Order: sequence, then structure tokens, then C-alpha cells
Amino acid sequence: MTTPLTRPSKKDPQKRTLVPVLPPVARSRAALGLGVMAAQGRFGLQVCKDCQAIQYPPRDACLKCLSADLVWQDVASEGTIMAETTIRVSPEPYFRERMPWRMGAVQLAAGPTVNCHLHGEVGRGDTVRMALKLDKAGQGVLIALPLKGSDLMQDDLVLRAMSSDPKHRRVLISDARSPVALALTQALLKAGAAHVFLGEPEAWLAWPERAAFEGLVNVSILPLDVTDASSVTKLAAEIGGKVDILINTASYVRPGGIMGNDTNFATKSFEVNTIGLMRLAQGFAPGMTGRAQDDTNSAVAFVNILSVRALSPDANYGAFGASQAAAHSISQSLRAEFRTSGLRMMNVYIGPIEGDAWFQPLPPPKVTPNAIARTLVSALVDGLEEATCGDIARDVYARWRADALLLEREMTGGGS
Amino acid sequence: MSALISNVAEALASGAARIVDLTHTLDPDFPVIILPPEFGQCARFRMEEVSAYDHRGPAWKWHNLTLNEHTGTHFDAPSHWVSGKDVPNGDVDEIDPSVFVGPVVVIDCSAGAAKDDDFELTPAVIEAWEVEHGTIPADAWVLMRTDWSKRRGAEYLNMAEDGPHSPGPTPAAIELLLKRDIRGFGTETVGTDAGQGSHYVPPYPAHYLLHGAGKFGLQCLCNLDLLPATGALLIAPPLKIKGGTGSPLRVLAMVMS
Amino acid sequence: MNRLPYDGVVLVAPVSVPYVRYTNETAHWWIARALREVLKIIEMAPQDLDGLSVSSFTLAPDTPVGLTQHLGISPRWLDTVPMGGASGVAAMRRAARAVQCGDVDVVACVAGDTNRIDSFRNLLSAFSRFSMDATFPYGFGGPNASFALLQDAYTHKYGATREDFGRIAVSQRANALMNPQAIMKKPLSLEQYMEGRMISDPISLFDCVMPCAGSEAFVLMHEDMAVAKGLPFARISATIERTNAFPDDPMQLRGGWAVDIDELWNMAGHGPSDIDVLQTYDDYPVICMMQFEDLGFCAKGEGPEFVRRHDLTIGGDFPHNTSGGQLSVGQAGAAGGYLGLVEAIRQVTQTAGPTQVEGAKRAVVSGFGVINYDRGLCSGAAIIEGAG
Repeated sequence: MTTPLTRPSKKDPQKRTLVPVLPPVARSRAALGLGVMAAQGRFGLQVCKDCQAIQYPPRDACLKCLSADLVWQDVASEGTIMAETTIRVSPEPYFRERMPWRMGAVQLAAGPTVNCHLHGEVGRGDTVRMALKLDKAGQGVLIALPLKGSDLMQDDLVLRAMSSDPKHRRVLISDARSPVALALTQALLKAGAAHVFLGEPEAWLAWPERAAFEGLVNVSILPLDVTDASSVTKLAAEIGGKVDILINTASYVRPGGIMGNDTNFATKSFEVNTIGLMRLAQGFAPGMTGRAQDDTNSAVAFVNILSVRALSPDANYGAFGASQAAAHSISQSLRAEFRTSGLRMMNVYIGPIEGDAWFQPLPPPKVTPNAIARTLVSALVDGLEEATCGDIARDVYARWRADALLLEREMTGGGS
Repeated sequence: MSALISNVAEALASGAARIVDLTHTLDPDFPVIILPPEFGQCARFRMEEVSAYDHRGPAWKWHNLTLNEHTGTHFDAPSHWVSGKDVPNGDVDEIDPSVFVGPVVVIDCSAGAAKDDDFELTPAVIEAWEVEHGTIPADAWVLMRTDWSKRRGAEYLNMAEDGPHSPGPTPAAIELLLKRDIRGFGTETVGTDAGQGSHYVPPYPAHYLLHGAGKFGLQCLCNLDLLPATGALLIAPPLKIKGGTGSPLRVLAMVMS
Repeated sequence: MNRLPYDGVVLVAPVSVPYVRYTNETAHWWIARALREVLKIIEMAPQDLDGLSVSSFTLAPDTPVGLTQHLGISPRWLDTVPMGGASGVAAMRRAARAVQCGDVDVVACVAGDTNRIDSFRNLLSAFSRFSMDATFPYGFGGPNASFALLQDAYTHKYGATREDFGRIAVSQRANALMNPQAIMKKPLSLEQYMEGRMISDPISLFDCVMPCAGSEAFVLMHEDMAVAKGLPFARISATIERTNAFPDDPMQLRGGWAVDIDELWNMAGHGPSDIDVLQTYDDYPVICMMQFEDLGFCAKGEGPEFVRRHDLTIGGDFPHNTSGGQLSVGQAGAAGGYLGLVEAIRQVTQTAGPTQVEGAKRAVVSGFGVINYDRGLCSGAAIIEGAG
């Protein structure tokens, strides 16, 4: 049984905030594939294309037939714990601060024996579900989880360090006017978020949807406009030390291609979708990276909601797509900059949102705000870096991973 | 004549005359006009720091600005409106600078605007004003005082589902002002037209008729309650923007103390 | 094809340079000291050294090639053996064949490593690709954690108790008290062993070796040369090695010895009961117990019972790790893979001094090394006999 996490008390102002230290970060090129799988919440290992042997640890040639044709594939995640140990002495500062640390050897139903972290609810002899998770170094690591965990299993400290669980955390949603803001607020509160701050751009412009937020407990609407550097600076100065999860919902969409489109719309698209993201990162991320290991409510994740147009062009939304592609690139740069702290950069890719006027003429499928909220919160709980929501985003993301150039042809070159 | 100018300077120095600032601070949170979203929009005022006595410039601080010609307290040139597109010297850089300084009268509509968000400046209101203050002199600026500039936040645009609600002139009122051959017309609201001005014939009569006639506009003014009905001097020179249809500017009035 | 005997080649000049916990001296320095000692014993100038075999983890950025220039030697035969705890036996096997076949006449085998503050952590971090990818991220327990898993699995499969492992550590400490070069100088009782704090359950304090700096060496030469020089010598009666044995075993409960053990005894022409002294690789007692089984001193799974029935001290019925082993002498990197062999040469040449087992004639030495991922990949064993 997992000991429930208690809501953190107010911080002792005389205590130095723990400086983030990371678990071992170095990996071989092949082993980075574990992180690729973990980032998407998949459990996969290298499989030999020639003889189907499943490989672990990751390598460059098949351990059965020496073929170099090893591909990452989802494999059965069940396993049995053969042995376990509780490490009480380690020369590595990350683990020293978290002693004792349990790890074990698990024989996978798929074949290999793996060394892995152990969830507190499993031990030697147990049949377990293995998962690949990103650790604080951003690397994919294996953890043995109970087949059916208790309601509190997410409170396990080892698992929590690999998750961006909103429970007991304070969240900033950058744009309350976003069509997903209300659903997201409700989902976060349901998931145990301690507080949800919402940014309100252009308070001088009334919006009737605001009423739905009024009276919600542990919810505050504060002025924030991602296109206004001074507004970002001001809010960061006020609540920057309390933002544990930041979710960027600010988005500006205008249809139109490139040749005939209005560069003012394009400029605004970049101001909101791209430079806005950069301003948010400049305002909030330094504080978040500094608090990335600040106990139960440490800062854990910076989330960017991206249109899947970031990955593939759509000639009908040319400038918008360009701003999303640029935002995607900023996300990736931020991910690299966050690495040394353990703060996670999560991209949530979505398709056209149901009810968003700017996508009104498009045919279904569209994705509902509730579905986005559900996906985003569970991706936080699962500690992902990449998540997709809705059929369109899932489909485009998979095709982009498989062959980005083919995807471009399909989207713009007459694929039927 | 030089004595006249010295006298003005002396009056200002002695306090016999004073300057009233009719300008709102350029501030990212100051409203701009909102058009239906599929139309192009007026840029909000934005400042990005270039340096602040730091590694980007050790001994100086400065900003890059982003704004529209019609952001904040601003001047409308005839070329702003389709009706004025062919007016000679209709761009801000072409306008004879002598018109930037001149007499101003203030029509106080504040009592009416306090009661009715859609208060209309009608010929009757103008004529009533003229009964008290005399006929509006030719080539004078006419400012419509509503005290609307005291409103804050969403109250300023006063947006409802059928659009914004704020006071402004009727087409007939503008026709009357044109008959008086005014220099220009100014308001405290976000435009020279009423919030619901699109429903007049012609739509947006102040813009349409004034600019068609080569007249100027001023909007987002404040402190009109500090001006006398007549007798003040308005100083309103826009930036000299090539081909510009308007300009943010500092609007000042000189009044006797 | 049967293995050929090692006729005409002998082991001489066992040297142990006393270990220290931490040092600022380099691996080059430690290796030079051991080499100088053996050359002095065999009365040879460095420039005349014919063959050299080196094992070290901490020579970087040099290799033994660079070391030759550093030390001013120009061998016609150079070898480097990266087999960790199996390095001693492996170096001996390779050098013996080279001498026997005439590629070289004299080979000095040397292992040595330095140990600076924090160099153990750094050494571990760069130890192997699989450990970097697949063990260190899981608590960075190093070999302690790897052997804890092994011991945990062994314990539960074969019913061993902590006391069983404790008997091995306690006996070795008793042996070490006779060895003036051992780092551990205080007696250890079974009670004290049991009270040792947990390091990585079930591995406790006295199951672990102390990383330190030091070096070990010995020499292989033609038998007639040893006779001419009047050097005490030992012959090699049999030897095996194996790398990455039983790759499909989910947990390592047997080592590579089990693959080749019959060949070892066949080549020697006698059985385990004819052995006077055993030197196993002992970075953890559990691996000693596995060697008792896999070398044929008892059946698989009977290790616990075996240690309960035998006295493993110098004066006991089954003298084991007579110098005190790494558990009590310390682990000087690759020199740990030489420790047992060097001590075995002393034992069978009756030159072990205070740790001498009376009348010891035949010794088994076994090595085990390189936890590349979840198990030791290298194993080796040799049976050596004194000339007398």
C-alpha cells in the first residue's frame, strides 16, 4: 500500500530550495530509443526484423543472429520480479538524496531480464506490469508497476518523480479565453490540483464565457497576455514562484494560405503562437526550473498545446501552420534547455477543436475541449513529453513519425 | 506679432494660461476598436525592451514599439476613410501643419451620456449649445464631451452581443457641423462615431462625412471636462508618417486659468 | 581436440605491493612498483624484459602501449587483459602459451590501479555501455546492487542465510589478520558481521570490498630458466576460461566455470579432493559460494551447507582465500583479479610466510569479472602445483 501524499505545508522561508540534481544522464545512442518510447507512454523494445528476437539492453546488432536491423516495437509489458534489493548507499547525488532506493530484476514475458525501478506496491515474486517512464534526467527508464495498483499508487515517490501529476500542484493556464480552458480547469481540479490560475488577456474586452469561472473554488483569473512582455513579466513576478505546471492555451488561428494571406494575421499568429510561447517561457520557466525538485509540489511540466499542423502543412492554414511549426521548434529548444533541471516540456498535439469558430467549415472529426482536457491531464499523470488528442492528431502524428515527406505529399500533393 | 507670441509664452509662464493634456497614456491595456474578427484588426500598443542599462546596451534603455496609426489617443486623416481617399493632401504627412493648432469648442453631452450609453449628438443638441455659446466658428475643432474617458476596462468599449454601445453623432449632426465648416471633430470614445454607428445611413457618419469633406478626427481624448465651452486653443500635430491615415499623438489644449 | 599441457612453463616471483585506501599516485606508478619488484626477483633489467601483460582500469588515456614508452621497456610480446576479476588467470594462460611456444621467454604479468577520491564513482560511470544504459540509472548502486540481486535470487532459490555468507567473510578476516599487508586489521566475529549495516539488501557492510589502490605481479618463464636462477616456481596443471556463459539464464545463479569444469579436472588428472588450498574471486561472499559449487567442491545449491560443514581458515580443513582475499585485503581494481593467483603461487611454493597453509602443494585459483550489465561475464580457473 502506498502512503498517501499529504498536501504540502507552506514553505519554510529560511530553508534553501533544493538545487535540482539529476539521475545519470549519459546513454548510448541505441538506449535513447527507450526515451523515445517513454515520451509517448509506449512500452517498446528493439526487435530483430530478421529473427524477431527481443533485445535488452538496447544494442546495435541482434543478440541471436547479428542482424543490424533492429526496430523499436511495442512488446508485452508483463513480467515477474526475480530479485529485488534496497540500495542504501550510492555515490550518485540524485539517489543519495532519495535513499533508500528499491530496484529489481524482472524477467519479461517477452524474454529479456531487465533491471528496473520498483513501485512500492510490488516485490519479489510478483507478476508486474512494466512501464517505460522518463526520469528526471529525461531518459527512458523501466519501472515495475502493480498489475492492479491501489487508488493511491500515483502517490508512490519513485513513480511521482517520473510523473507530472497535477495532484497538490498549482497550475497556470495561460489563456482563459481558450475554448479548452474551462474543461481543462475542471479536469485539473478533479485530478487534485491545489489551485488553477488562468490568464486573462484584454480584460477591457468583455467575454460572456468568463461567468463560468466565477465562483469556482481554488481558481483565480489574473491579467496575462502572451503578446505583451510587460504583462508576462508582471504576472511572473506575482505568481511565478507558485506555478508548478504551466499550460499554454493561447492560440490565434486565421484561415488562409500564404500567397494571398494577410501578413498582419500572420504576424499576430506568430506573436501569439510562437513569440507568446517564448515570452511565457522567459517569464515563468526560470522560476520553474529552479523549483524542479522542490518537494511534493515541485515544478514539473511546461505544456504546450500545439495544432498537429505544426508537423504537416495545410495549405488552407498556411500562416497558422507556420506559427505552429515554429512553436514546435521552440518547444524542442525549451526541452533541451530544461534538461539540466528535470522540468518536463510536454507537447499535446490536437486537431481542429469542436466549437472553435475558426475551424467551423471543416468536416469532422474534431476534438472536443473535454477530450483535450482528459488527454492532457492523463498525459501529465503519465509523465509524457508527447501526447496526441483526437483522431486527426493521432493519425497525422503517426504518419509524420513514419515518413514526414510522404505525409507532406499526402496533405498537399493529391493523396487520395 | 512677435509680441503676441511672447505674450502667450508669458501667460503660460505666469500661470495666467495653462496646458491641459487631453491624451491617454499609451498602455498595452488601453482598448482599441474591435471590428468583426474576419476583418483586419487594430494592433494593440506593445513595447519590447531593447536594452535596459544591461548587456544589450550598458548605458541606455529603450524600447521597440508596436502599434497601429489608430491606437490610443489618435488623429484621423481624411485618407483613413474610403470617402476621403481622393481628398487632396489627405495623408498625415501631407496635411498643412497650420491646422494642427487652432481654436476648439466643447459640446458637453456628459449628462445625456450618463443616462444613455447610446446617447446621440443631434442637430438639436448642437443648436441648443449655440443658443448658449454662439454659433460654432468656422475652422474650429469641435469636441464632444461625454466623460466616457473616465470609464475603465470593459465599460469603455461597452461591448454587448449586438456590438459596442457608446455615444456619438447622428448623420444630421455631422451634416450640420460640416455646414459650420469645422476643422475637425473629436470624442472621448474609441472612435468619432457612436458604438452603434454602423446602423446609421451612411454607416459611421462621422468618418464617412467628415473625411469625405477633408475634415479631421480625434478620438480617445480625455480631460474634456477641464476645457471651457469656447476660448481654448487645441494643439494636435500627428506624426509625419508617409502615406499615414492617422497617428497616435499628444493632444494639448491651452486654456486661460 | 584435447588441450595440450603447459609443460616447461612456470610461475615465479609473486609480488603484492601493499595497498592504500586513497592515493594521488597514478596507475603507472603502481604498475611500475610491482614491475620493479618482480624484475629484481628474477634479476633482469627493465630493458631486457621480453614480454609484458598488463591489466588496469585507470591507465586512461594511456594503454599498455603507451606504458612501454613511459617505463622505458621494449617488449617483443605485449598483451592487455581487460577481464577484471578474471584477469590474473587469463593473463597467465595467454602468457604461458606464448612462452611455451617460444614467442617470448619471460613475461611479467602486472595488474594495478589507482584510487583517488571520487575515482570509484567515475570509474563506475564509464564502466560499460550496458551498465550506463541499463543499471546505473536504477539507483546507481554499482556492483553492490548487482550482487544484491544475485544474492537475493540465490538465497531464495537455495535457502542460504546471511550467516552462511558471513562465515566466508569472517574466515577471510581471520586469515587477513595473519597477513601484514591486509588493509583490514581488526578481527570480525559472526555477530559483528550480522550487525553490519545494510548497503544494498541483502548485501551488508562486511559483504563489500574496500576499493583501494595497489598492484600485483608475477612472472612466467621457461622452467629451466627458473631452475638456473634458483627461483621457487609453480607449474600450471590445468586452466579454463569462459566469457558470457549461459546468456539465457534469467538470473546468474551459475558462472562460466560450470561450462568447462570437467575439462579442468580432466586436464589436471585429479579431483577437487586433492586440492590443498582454494583462492576464489571474492568481491562478495555469494560469488565465493557459487565458485565452491561450480568448481565442483560441492553440488549446485549446496554452498550454504558446504560452508557450514567446513573451516575456511588457514588452519582449517578447507583453506580458502588465505591472504584474506579482497574482502579483507582490499580491492585494488584489476589487481583484485591477480590477488588470488599471486597468493596461490606463494602457497604452493611455500613462500606465503605467515599465511602459509602447511604442506600446501596444489591450489585452485578462480577469477570472475566484468559486470557488464546484470552479471559477471568473465570467468576463469587454474590449478597450479608447487615443484616440490
